[in-house]
Amino acid sequence: MKTTDDIIKMVDITKIYDSLDVKTVALSDIDLVVKRGDFIAITGRSGSGKSTLMHIIGLLDNPTSGKYVLNGTDVSKLAEDELAFQRNKEIGFVFQQFNLLPRSTAVENVILPAIYAGVGSKERTEKAVELLTELGLEDHLNKKPNQMSGGQQQRVTIARALMNDPELILADEPTGNLDIKSGDDVMKTLKALNKEGKTIVLITHEHDIAAQAKKIWHLEDGRLINKP
Amino acid sequence: MNFSELLILSWKAIVINKLRSFLTTLGVIIGVFSIILLVSIGSGLQGYITKEISSLGPNIIDVLPGNSLATAFGPGSSNKLILQDARNLKTRLISTAEVSPISETATNAKYKNILDKNIYVIGTTSNYPKTVISMKLAQGIFFTLGQEQSGSKVTVIGYTMYTKFFDKERAIGKKIFLGNQTYTVVGVAEKTGITLGVDHDNVAYVPIVVMHSQFGIDSITEIAVNANSESLVPVVKKQIKDTLLKRLTTDDFSIQTGDTLATTISNITNMLSLALGGIAAISLLVGGIGVANIMLVSVTERTKEIGLRKALGAKRSDILKQFLLEAVILSIGGGIIGIIFGLAASFTLSKFFVSQVTLWSVLLAFCFSAAVGIVFGMAPAIRASKLSPIEALRYE
Repeated sequence: MKTTDDIIKMVDITKIYDSLDVKTVALSDIDLVVKRGDFIAITGRSGSGKSTLMHIIGLLDNPTSGKYVLNGTDVSKLAEDELAFQRNKEIGFVFQQFNLLPRSTAVENVILPAIYAGVGSKERTEKAVELLTELGLEDHLNKKPNQMSGGQQQRVTIARALMNDPELILADEPTGNLDIKSGDDVMKTLKALNKEGKTIVLITHEHDIAAQAKKIWHLEDGRLINKP
Repeated sequence: MNFSELLILSWKAIVINKLRSFLTTLGVIIGVFSIILLVSIGSGLQGYITKEISSLGPNIIDVLPGNSLATAFGPGSSNKLILQDARNLKTRLISTAEVSPISETATNAKYKNILDKNIYVIGTTSNYPKTVISMKLAQGIFFTLGQEQSGSKVTVIGYTMYTKFFDKERAIGKKIFLGNQTYTVVGVAEKTGITLGVDHDNVAYVPIVVMHSQFGIDSITEIAVNANSESLVPVVKKQIKDTLLKRLTTDDFSIQTGDTLATTISNITNMLSLALGGIAAISLLVGGIGVANIMLVSVTERTKEIGLRKALGAKRSDILKQFLLEAVILSIGGGIIGIIFGLAASFTLSKFFVSQVTLWSVLLAFCFSAAVGIVFGMAPAIRASKLSPIEALRYE
């Protein structure tokens, strides 16, 4: 276990997209700290820099400048493969589009992060079955995504996010593609996970969804408006 | 990710698109199939010729005009070998070898109302059966020294001629026309068979002096020498060389033993095998391009999958290996199928034509198909591994 209680610590994070002659400042001077056990919602209109921030938090992109410490490791300047390693270990992703492999079963989808972590075949399958069962999908273990409802698919995604037991769950518009009932279920699941000690960062543009988090941060034109 | 997991992953991707995978491998299958089959034919040809040569006997030495096999058979070579050279050799080699000069020409033959316009007349001496041991008589005798020296018009005919003109009736003592002269048949040679389209039995052996005066020939096509024992072969070769050099230069003749002849011919057939294999390799190359093409399509189609795998922790090398292995499985799979079909075709062909499967062609075809997979799978795999996870996830 790491000693730090700051799961995310960002100092002066800036992201500038440099195309031929246009410089677009996507994020400027972002300072934020997410404590262990936090449940943060980041809101903002489209174009506010939400996605960029989510990519940087999720180690899918490097910041142009600034310092980012994730669970005690400085990840600001890591190379591509080291970022992949950190993502795999520290972060569970829940995407708006689910991003499940269409031709693979629920179990096969859930074990993906464990495959890249080098977990043995038997162990990871057991874990996947256990996670899917906890999420009420015990009858859907060998179903493919197109044989499941949106809500069920999103629960598979959550199971996948939990596979490597990361500290941080990063949910990008997790209810965006779901009906209200399924969306509520997903939010309940996230809240339950938060109770169990997972740190959750939720990106959304829906206020009633954001309202369910412990804290709400608002992004506008690449700046955090109401800093914690 | 360990190898067996990668293997399963790549295999699944291949079987999901069964038809496409099969069509992709078809190029490789045809390429490998052609390599195996064509090289088998080349080797079969070589084996056949080598066997034919060795059947002449280990002590056979051939003296040919010109300084190499190629010029001897090639057009426009000036032939300086004459009957006197053979006589000189016969005198010199009296205690070490049998010597027979051989002259060949084509002419027509006629008996009663049967005409064949393309008979090979072989002029030689009476000791020919002793020199060329494969010559055996089915009927009668070979012409004698006495007949040869008296200039008698006598002939020993080949088996094809015999069946054609005499319909298996008694031929000995009959008179037939060779060109414009009549010859008395004294013997019928045993059947030797057809090799590569040439009928060795449609021939008539006549005394060389008679033949030379009838057809106005003075050079000879070959001097056949049969050493009395295998150990004498080097001595005889030297004696031949010394004797001939008294009158001729080294450019005017060449001495071929069964060994050197086999080497020369196997060089030629090796070249043939390589050329055939090379042509087949081009089709394998085309097959490789097919693999590359499909892999590129596959990478584009699965951009989102690649992005997802990367987001979930796949390293560049994981993605690279996954796609490369897929290409290699496709091409090796095609290679194995091609080998199976190639072997089957070669074995079938060997029943009615020369064909001999060689291990090296199978190994080469296999390695080549694997190499095709690696070479042509590399570019698509690199492209896949370089995709940014964000871009790839966004891709629709």
